[in-house]
Amino acid sequence: MELQAKPAKVGVLSCSGESEPEGTITRNAVRLVMEKYYPGVAVSLCLPLYLAGDGGEREFSKKYPVITVDGCEKACAKLSTEKYSGEVEYSIDIRRLLAEWGIKNKLSRSRPGELEWEITERVAGEIVSIIDKLVSEGKIEVQDTPGQ
Amino acid sequence: MNRFTVSEMRGRDTEDKKVYVIPCSGIGKPTASVGRDAAYRVIEEKRPKIADTICLALLTLGDKEALEKVRTADVITIDGCAKDCAKKNVEAAGRPPVSSHRVPGYLKDNKDCKPESVLDIGEGGEKLVEIIADDVAREIDRFSGGAGAGCDCKGGCC
Repeated sequence: MELQAKPAKVGVLSCSGESEPEGTITRNAVRLVMEKYYPGVAVSLCLPLYLAGDGGEREFSKKYPVITVDGCEKACAKLSTEKYSGEVEYSIDIRRLLAEWGIKNKLSRSRPGELEWEITERVAGEIVSIIDKLVSEGKIEVQDTPGQ
Repeated sequence: MNRFTVSEMRGRDTEDKKVYVIPCSGIGKPTASVGRDAAYRVIEEKRPKIADTICLALLTLGDKEALEKVRTADVITIDGCAKDCAKKNVEAAGRPPVSSHRVPGYLKDNKDCKPESVLDIGEGGEKLVEIIADDVAREIDRFSGGAGAGCDCKGGCC
């Protein structure tokens, strides 16, 4: 990625996969990071805008370092970003995390309950850790993080 | 709204096929959350026998299986804003949706049903979900000749 100056924001793109519970988790985790942990710093984009938008969306990964959050191994967020926009700094695969955390419960895509929200918070924590790392590496310049 | 007539739909030999209800993947607006929940209400509660969904991002990526589903079944899209990502991505897959909806249009007609936020659409948002889901379910009944509702009215629908 060629960045002219240190960006003040980081792009966090979720697959938002509608057919899978993990897709709902990616979407909600990214929103949590945007609203609660890194407001004004974490920015996102509706993934299908790469095709439906006016083209400016394809500059996304050139403007910001991008973290992708995918619900399954198909890695739509990561691959779509690479295909239409550019390089991805970090990628998260929820199913891999769930396996690491030993979570095998059946999850709901439409009505997230206590467990789904607990997982969502943990995933948000993973995203926050990556943003912290990008900040410490000097890849983004954050002046203040009120949600931290 | 983009609609095919019932006779056109029947001409496409759809009786035994799924109807895919595809919401946009919008992450920035509460109306996108409403569209997503409306799709779930249709496929999980109102017409579970015939309705299903596909991850829109898979279409964006050009996944073969997702493309095949969209090209061989009927699709209803629900978009959260005027960018129409769901509709446009389905069109780009090679076959236009049989019907497409925009949540803001429903909101305009139901001003007391304003959703609160992306993560919590609140009571107003829930009402809007029900209104949209009912509309989509009725469309499915018409398009499927009543197969979705499990009735015998041949698309009347009852």
